[in-house]
Amino acid sequence: MIEIQKLNKWYDDFHVLKNINLSIRQGERVVVCGPSGSGKSTLIRCMNYLEEFQEGSITIESKSIQDQLDNIEEIRKDVGMVFQHFNLFPHLTILENLTLAPTIVRKISKIDARKTAMSYLEKVKIASEAHKYPNQISGGQKQRVAIARSLCMNPKIMLFDEPTSALDPEMVKEVLEVMTDLAKEGMTMICVTHEMGFAREVADRIIFMDHGEIIADLPPDQFFDQPRNPRLKEFLSQIL
Amino acid sequence: MIKKITIRFLYILFLGAIVFVPLYFLNQNIDKQNISTGFHFLSQEAGFEISESIIEYNSYMGYSRALLVGVVNTIYVALLGNFLALILGLLLGVLSISKNFLLSKFCSFYLNFFRNIPLLLQLFFLYGIFTDILPAVKRSTPVFGIIASNRGVAIPWFSSGWASVSLLITLVTSIGLIFIVNKWAKNITTTYKKILYPIFFALFFFAQIELITRFFHFEFPAVRGFNVRGGLNFSPEFISLLLGLVLYTGAFIGEIVRSGILAVDKGQWEASYALGLSKIQTLRKIILPQSLKVALPPMTAQFLNLTKNSSLAVAIGFPDFVSIANTTMNQTGQAVELVLLIMGLYLFTSLSVSGVANIINYKLLGARQR
Amino acid sequence: MSEWLKKNLFPSKSQSLISLVMISFLGGLILKLSSWLFINATWIGDAQSCREATGACLPFIREKYLYILFGVYPREHLWRPFVGLVIWAIFWIHFTKKKNWNRKLLFKFPVIFFIYFYLLRGGGPFARVDNHLWGGLPLTILLSTVGILISYPLGILLALARRSKSKLISIPVVCYIELIRGVPLISILFMSSVMLPLFLPNDLSIDKLFRAQVAIVLFCAAYFAEVVRGGLQSLDEGQEEAARALGLNYVQTQFYIVLPQALVQVIPPTVNTMIGMFKDTSLVIVIALFDLMGTAKSSLTDANWLGFSIEAYVFIASIYFIICFSMGRFSKRVEEEFKLAKERR
Repeated sequence: MIEIQKLNKWYDDFHVLKNINLSIRQGERVVVCGPSGSGKSTLIRCMNYLEEFQEGSITIESKSIQDQLDNIEEIRKDVGMVFQHFNLFPHLTILENLTLAPTIVRKISKIDARKTAMSYLEKVKIASEAHKYPNQISGGQKQRVAIARSLCMNPKIMLFDEPTSALDPEMVKEVLEVMTDLAKEGMTMICVTHEMGFAREVADRIIFMDHGEIIADLPPDQFFDQPRNPRLKEFLSQIL
Repeated sequence: MIKKITIRFLYILFLGAIVFVPLYFLNQNIDKQNISTGFHFLSQEAGFEISESIIEYNSYMGYSRALLVGVVNTIYVALLGNFLALILGLLLGVLSISKNFLLSKFCSFYLNFFRNIPLLLQLFFLYGIFTDILPAVKRSTPVFGIIASNRGVAIPWFSSGWASVSLLITLVTSIGLIFIVNKWAKNITTTYKKILYPIFFALFFFAQIELITRFFHFEFPAVRGFNVRGGLNFSPEFISLLLGLVLYTGAFIGEIVRSGILAVDKGQWEASYALGLSKIQTLRKIILPQSLKVALPPMTAQFLNLTKNSSLAVAIGFPDFVSIANTTMNQTGQAVELVLLIMGLYLFTSLSVSGVANIINYKLLGARQR
Repeated sequence: MSEWLKKNLFPSKSQSLISLVMISFLGGLILKLSSWLFINATWIGDAQSCREATGACLPFIREKYLYILFGVYPREHLWRPFVGLVIWAIFWIHFTKKKNWNRKLLFKFPVIFFIYFYLLRGGGPFARVDNHLWGGLPLTILLSTVGILISYPLGILLALARRSKSKLISIPVVCYIELIRGVPLISILFMSSVMLPLFLPNDLSIDKLFRAQVAIVLFCAAYFAEVVRGGLQSLDEGQEEAARALGLNYVQTQFYIVLPQALVQVIPPTVNTMIGMFKDTSLVIVIALFDLMGTAKSSLTDANWLGFSIEAYVFIASIYFIICFSMGRFSKRVEEEFKLAKERR
């Protein structure tokens, strides 16, 4: 589903992504973790081209990003993203936040968009707040709305960029529950997170990055119980 | 990809057209109407008088000299105007938050009033006072030595221009000396400072005055025929322009100062009072410095506005740069060169003042960013 | 009452002193003003009787007010600009009512403008009045409204262009904005009236009013561009990212997400710029167009009525003041509304 080949990115002289090669199949749940500055957020943001890259290729469902640069929306339609700071649109209601993109990008009728939106709002258990504005709801609720917003576009892949890092501890659980449900339904997910419990439970693969390189790419039990790489061992000892 | 290239090509074509097509017609018109081009006219004799000038000028001098007179006049009005407007603005801004109901309401009213009337109207109004209200020279009588007539305002002053210069130098050096001594003698307590400094300053200042009056002759203005002679004369055009600019821009600066003060968190006032500082001390040491950071960019904009607005002098007959350039334009027909000169002068001033302000802003902000 | 007086005016010795000074100052001012405007004013008579008196000369206003307000517009058709002004006044009231604040308002504005323009111009059942006959307040309103209608959207485009990643676009735009903002409006007006004819083919002459209007539009667009730029900069970049991530293209992102937030954020400086533009229309007098400022000034050149500049200027000053002050008050109200709305949410 996603093929990343020989991906290299520099910020001026700083080599932030070094020769990344990654292949993700449909339905896989991938967690990306690593120390800060390892480039994990940058990598995930390259996947919907919110970050540019100088070398290499990213292909999503056989559409290559390089070929679609003029029309990047074609790719972004099918890739959902959830941000660390939610980024809900404050001047629109929750419902409007969800229906905006489907109506103007996918040209879905307002009525259908509404129906879809309400069903997703119910799924993330926040349908009662549909007519409120973003700053009237809590952080955990905002993030659930953000997830629903991305889902309304019927993406083939969902990218999560540290979705719970900006939340108070008591709200992290509700968001992780939604993400777990999503995983159980078979959504292809790539998630940058520090929530190792979630990783152990949900992920098919856990990728460890450090200094811009992929150090390890293992299924959870091997990752946690049999880490062989010294850097990985060090990282695990720090967070567990 | 091709779409992108064609769009880019068309855009460049468009830009080129905007620039080169008018130039083509310009060329045509210049030939047809026999207009001379280039800046040679600057050395030609100007042939017109300028009503007031700080530097030497007569009509036999070249246009370049005439334009220079304009530049000097503009700079003079701009500097003086900005200085006075700043003082007025600070005063109004601070007083507008006074606890005294009458004072604060009056200041607020002033700020509102002068910002909602076009500057040009204020200039014409002030000029109208000179032409319609003040008496003719013959019928005017001195008040405290000052004569105000429809020819302007004359105040008692030294007869030589150099006296003003030396006075200015005296003032600047006295203030400068205070700063230097201040830095030097940090150990002297404030009470001593409060007594010593005024005495020191007064002595020094009056010594200078003695020296100056010994060398220069102080005179009172008097009516001589159709004019007022003696003392320092300010023409109606100059006073209207300066006063109008100061009253108008002062209102804007006052509003900026006021907003800046109000923008500072209330907790700052409370903490300061709790420490025992008085209202004035709080303002000076705590509030104003903080509000300056917020207020500096809009204030710089106002200084530039005043400088640009001084060009309205052309409407009331004060010979600023635009005024003189306009006369030159009418005489030589070389509109393009002169408009370019006008824009060049103001652009240069704007960019340099903004540049300086940016540096100050950066230094102020730089100190805060850790 | 005496409690209030004590607290606000005489709480302490120094304050009382200030209050006394203020009272005498303000009292004197009010006395002088009312004596000029009412007590010593001449209500009926001619120029001679006015000059003999010391107060305001109201016969001057009565004689000249139509000229000052409407310029040389043909007297028999004077009802048309008058109706035009009334329509604007009504639209203004409509505009400031909160329940009318929606996207449709943006479309009503040009419609009202075209009605206004048609009233001034004529054509069809109404007699044609060429624009060199337009003057006074209608001309001021015309210059300002066209100015706002065109230069505000233009300013938005310039602000967006300035942020373009392509240097080919951003550099000319930055040069334009800084150039225009660095020079006085007068020089731009001179440029348009004196210089522009040189840049056009000799036989093509562009209407003086049109040239002045273009100068005003180009001037104000640069200022609006800076105001909008401030708004765009203050917006969290996550908003644009979220919109792009959802698949919105550039135009959709700007139109639905960025601009609605950015423009609302900078309403106060925007309205201030509009007020400034309204006042700046008075400068067209230097290129011999007779808007409200121009007609007032030229009304003073009548040999029979010399020396009443104060009356004329006070007359138009009150008009300018009322209009500018209302705009300022409206801006404050909008600011309050949005602040409240934010807190309510």
